[in-house]
Amino acid sequence: MQVEVGAAARSRTDALHGRRVIDAIKASGVEFIPCLPDIHTSEGLLRPLAREPGLRLIRVCKEDEGVGICAGLSYCNKRALLLMQYTGLLDSINAIRAVGVEYSLPICMMAGLLNKEPGVAPGQSRHYGVRVAGSILDAMGVAHHVIETDADVDRIRPAIDDAYARQRPVVLFLGGRPLP
Amino acid sequence: MTMRRDEALRELARHVTDDIVVAVYTTAFDWIAIRPSPLNYIMTGAMGLGSSHALGLALGRPDKRVLVLDGDGSLLMNLGSLVTIAEVAPANLIHFVFENGTYEANGSHPTPGRDGVDFSGFARAAGYRDCYTFDDLGGFAGRIGALLRQPGPIFITMKIVPGAPPKLNYEYMHGARVRQEFKAALARSA
Repeated sequence: MQVEVGAAARSRTDALHGRRVIDAIKASGVEFIPCLPDIHTSEGLLRPLAREPGLRLIRVCKEDEGVGICAGLSYCNKRALLLMQYTGLLDSINAIRAVGVEYSLPICMMAGLLNKEPGVAPGQSRHYGVRVAGSILDAMGVAHHVIETDADVDRIRPAIDDAYARQRPVVLFLGGRPLP
Repeated sequence: MTMRRDEALRELARHVTDDIVVAVYTTAFDWIAIRPSPLNYIMTGAMGLGSSHALGLALGRPDKRVLVLDGDGSLLMNLGSLVTIAEVAPANLIHFVFENGTYEANGSHPTPGRDGVDFSGFARAAGYRDCYTFDDLGGFAGRIGALLRQPGPIFITMKIVPGAPPKLNYEYMHGARVRQEFKAALARSA
């Protein structure tokens, strides 16, 4: 019973709803979603995205493929958002370095922070990968934002707009696990 | 038998019109010398991603034919892109791999599996619509015009040896300016 109360309280106060995230992605003008599944976002975000009209999902085999696809689309003034787990982001660092930073292209990425503790800043996480991901992007000069709850969803559209306006990459970390 | 890469590219150039051409590494230097065009897109710096850039371009500009001039070392770094491209199945994408069995841009050291890997076999198994292999210039010259008129995705293995050493200018190739020029040219190209 106590668990149910806790879940209900979370849904009211500090939850992140996939519907809100999808609406923000669409409002940003994104048409293409290159993606790899992530258990952090699987049910609350990726599965509903796959059914969402107006968005084309492109299932890739490796995350850096998605960086290249986003780059190609950007030359055609088509907006894309690469959805992955933060581990895939770390695996794609050279692609982000070359294609995003040195080519100066608006590579927009959304990365699930699997195992990030609720209410704990990523840099304070007990999990090494979660803790260092933002610092690595800082060292690269890549903008990043944490989307933890519904209250943060309004950051998504300005972040994507800014990436396209400045022709720079951006990473949106999903700290909270999106609810369906 | 094998072809010289520069001779094969000259033959290909006879059939290229207002296409987007994504070229990688040493092949890119040969290509831009043989057929300069504002719609040439140079892919260096993140080895293997030429085919993925080409997929994005093919999706973003379905009105244009997109040719990717890949290398065997590059494709080995991104074999999954064959599967991704086959699933998306862009009718306007033609994927060449220039196979010489070496990482030519990095000292011409041998690639793993050289002489044994069947790249067109990979592409066929991944699901490309049609796959071809050429190892002589006459055979390639006789068929390339018709192949380019087929719906994609098509995969073409070119078994080549390098020709005359191209003039290398990586500083130009790595920069953002060449990307901006390409984007502007693409916007102008209806």
